[in-house]
Amino acid sequence: MIKLLKQAWQTFKRPSVHFSLGFLTLGGFLAGIFFWGGFNTALEMTNREAFCIGCHEMEANVYQELQSTIHYSNRSGVRATCPDCHVPHEWTDKIARKMAASKEVWGKVFGTINTREKFLDKRRELAEHEWARLKANDSLECRNCHNFDSMDFTMQSQRAVAMHSSALASGEKTCIDCHKGIAHQLPDMSGVEGWE
Amino acid sequence: MKLFKRMIKTLVLISLAKFAVAEPINPILKAEIDQEVSSPPIAKPVNNDVKQARNYPMQPPLIPHNIRGYEINLNVNKCMACHSRNRTEESQAPMISVTHFMDRDGNFLAEISPRRYFCNQCHVPQTDAKAVVENEFVDMKQLIKANAEGAQDD
Repeated sequence: MIKLLKQAWQTFKRPSVHFSLGFLTLGGFLAGIFFWGGFNTALEMTNREAFCIGCHEMEANVYQELQSTIHYSNRSGVRATCPDCHVPHEWTDKIARKMAASKEVWGKVFGTINTREKFLDKRRELAEHEWARLKANDSLECRNCHNFDSMDFTMQSQRAVAMHSSALASGEKTCIDCHKGIAHQLPDMSGVEGWE
Repeated sequence: MKLFKRMIKTLVLISLAKFAVAEPINPILKAEIDQEVSSPPIAKPVNNDVKQARNYPMQPPLIPHNIRGYEINLNVNKCMACHSRNRTEESQAPMISVTHFMDRDGNFLAEISPRRYFCNQCHVPQTDAKAVVENEFVDMKQLIKANAEGAQDD
């Protein structure tokens, strides 16, 4: 094994005998475009709702619940799809989230939530992960669309103005602190701050 | 015989006149039974946070805000996130009444009593829909007053 590796290293560090420098650099460049483009295309492919609800776990549970909410259907027709809220838009954060999502592949393969009952039993844990993520990034995915600076308080109800102009404006609270369960049903909320 | 003819004539006229001003068979949609009507627009929920007077002392207060998507089930009661005793300071919402802590034997519990858990059983939001029939409700205050005045007249 060691011998084999040494042999490979020898070939690797020797200058090329058969191929020209031009072929190697240009070929490398083109291959780079091809693989990088392919990687991003594949990444974007997994970033579509159709891909998310390709698994029945998502289609039968969370997607059904989303459909009655304002994030699915509303007067102006602006729609939030799964990745709009669940995948960061920034590249580094997106890759980090995608790497974390390998756990979801594991869950799919071993059927962690492959029945409604299993899903409901695990819902609190899954929800807590999302609350923690949104709390940590100051509800970044909400703010991708809901820009605080563009909020017109005169168009909001008095209650909403009172909360948004104090706790939210001062940064004391972030969207997810109050707006839990806006797109999916809630798990057992006992012990969750603000819900007891 | 002349009188009889005249009577028939008047009767026919009366019935015709009545037919002309008759209410449509569906007074709410103002349509006859064989008419196809489009449904009226969906009324908007009242969301002004203004307390409404109660029509009688024991009336459950109306909800002056939108409650779309508020879950009340085994897992969670969204109303309690603002109206429970320990949430009212932050939310500035009215606290659920003390009767809501009482079980059916009159014992006060630490939490909302299970029989009061489902808020929408009594408390309902309102919409801006126009009343389709005239409301003839008379507040008991007016009834008492009218009664007293009637007694004075006697």
